[in-house]
Amino acid sequence: MVGPVHKLAVGAHYGGWDWLVQRATALVMLAYTVLFIGIVLWNGGLSYPVWKSLFANGAFRVVSFVFMAALLYHAWVGARNVLMDYAKPTALRLALMIVVVALLAAYAGWTVQLLWGDA
Amino acid sequence: MAAADRPLVKPRPIYLNLFAIRQPVPAIISILHRVSGVLLILVGIPVLLWFVDASLASPERYAGAYGALTSWFGRLVLLTLAWSVFHHVLAGIRHLLLDIHLGLDLAPARRSAAIVLVVALLLTLACAVRLW
Repeated sequence: MVGPVHKLAVGAHYGGWDWLVQRATALVMLAYTVLFIGIVLWNGGLSYPVWKSLFANGAFRVVSFVFMAALLYHAWVGARNVLMDYAKPTALRLALMIVVVALLAAYAGWTVQLLWGDA
Repeated sequence: MAAADRPLVKPRPIYLNLFAIRQPVPAIISILHRVSGVLLILVGIPVLLWFVDASLASPERYAGAYGALTSWFGRLVLLTLAWSVFHHVLAGIRHLLLDIHLGLDLAPARRSAAIVLVVALLLTLACAVRLW
């Protein structure tokens, strides 16, 4: 006989994957930071025309989107770790996780709007 | 008291007052890594998106956002975010170095933790000087 199956709403076996994601996304963000500083130095500071033309550049938009995607994924892994440590009641933890997911999804939408919207 | 009357396992003293335990420097920068991360999620990302959005929208909206960020309260927010970024990035780099087994021993680990704490504060101080 197979005993009752206990499905837990919390905890899983994604620790190793998340560990790797946290480091990979950190490296992506560091690379973007170096690139951005390089662009600023190359242009001898950031004037308004340079700033505008930078965000008009399709490649820079895509690279900036990759940075934000890495940032938001990194933020999710970090927030999830913090909630697992401090929000002990399962209902509270899941509720806060939903809040964080909604918040990060909103940031993602804002990012797309900012990068490709016709402002 | 006869030996048999004594409880088999002596109750151990439980003393976990986090404010009374002296935390080693790596523990301090670790909790600050979390604090700065949460600050960046709740305040840092929206401020970044809002400012870049405004700066690209029009010179007027850029001027408005610039004015808000350089107000007294705005500068306080900026300074807090600056510290958050510096501390989070430096503590993160330290983590990556530990991952490739650099500075794993106790003494270097404590030294690098102290460096993270101090350099983040010095960079924040430099920002404060520039902002005021």
